Amino acid sequence: MIWLTLQPFDPGAQLGAFCSGRTESGAVASFVGIARGDQGQATALELEAYPGFTEAEIGKIVEAAVSRFALHDALVIHRHGKIAPGEPIVMVATAAAHRREAFEACDCLMDYLKSRAPFWKKEHGPAGARWVEPSQRDLDDIARWD
Amino acid sequence: MRVLLFGRLADLAGWRERSFDPPPANLAGLRAVIAAADSALGAALAGPGVRAAVDKAIVRGDVALGADSEVAFLPPMSGG
Repeated sequence: MIWLTLQPFDPGAQLGAFCSGRTESGAVASFVGIARGDQGQATALELEAYPGFTEAEIGKIVEAAVSRFALHDALVIHRHGKIAPGEPIVMVATAAAHRREAFEACDCLMDYLKSRAPFWKKEHGPAGARWVEPSQRDLDDIARWD
Repeated sequence: MRVLLFGRLADLAGWRERSFDPPPANLAGLRAVIAAADSALGAALAGPGVRAAVDKAIVRGDVALGADSEVAFLPPMSGG
């Protein structure tokens, strides 16, 4: 499932629901990304999505991971709009028969989301706001899966 | 025709969504209409890494447009 939301979400409740009723998936791995305050240097993060297009592009990333890692299921929740430090931005959960596939798919999905998901990101700080693009580290991380 | 701008393009233009009536017949025509009204925006739309989507699908080069088309100009994406 892919869910874009303007509202804060509860990762614990989402993970509980994702695990519930699974009798064949021996492993669920999850990751939660949280907005950093950077000691007061970041007052808010603003993510702009293109509703419809953004979900469809994330859907392609998820579909590729499901097939590559033989996942039973995958969940991606992504905030957009203004996000305060400490609030979850993104959550990924993967279900597979065994843990290795679940861990790797979760890691791979996050690397793709960090550099390929169609969002435009603005960082707000004491000195004003600026648009940001993927960092060199994000680009190096995604290259691990080529 | 609905035209959408994202990220720094919307900040530069001062608008995020605008209707174009009568609609230009193709993407090149739309770019020309936008550039005639705002040359800085026209240049930014042709800048490196800026892609166009028609009805939520990325397009390359020129394509025909209609009155119901939704055209989006997408600057380089930041990722999530």
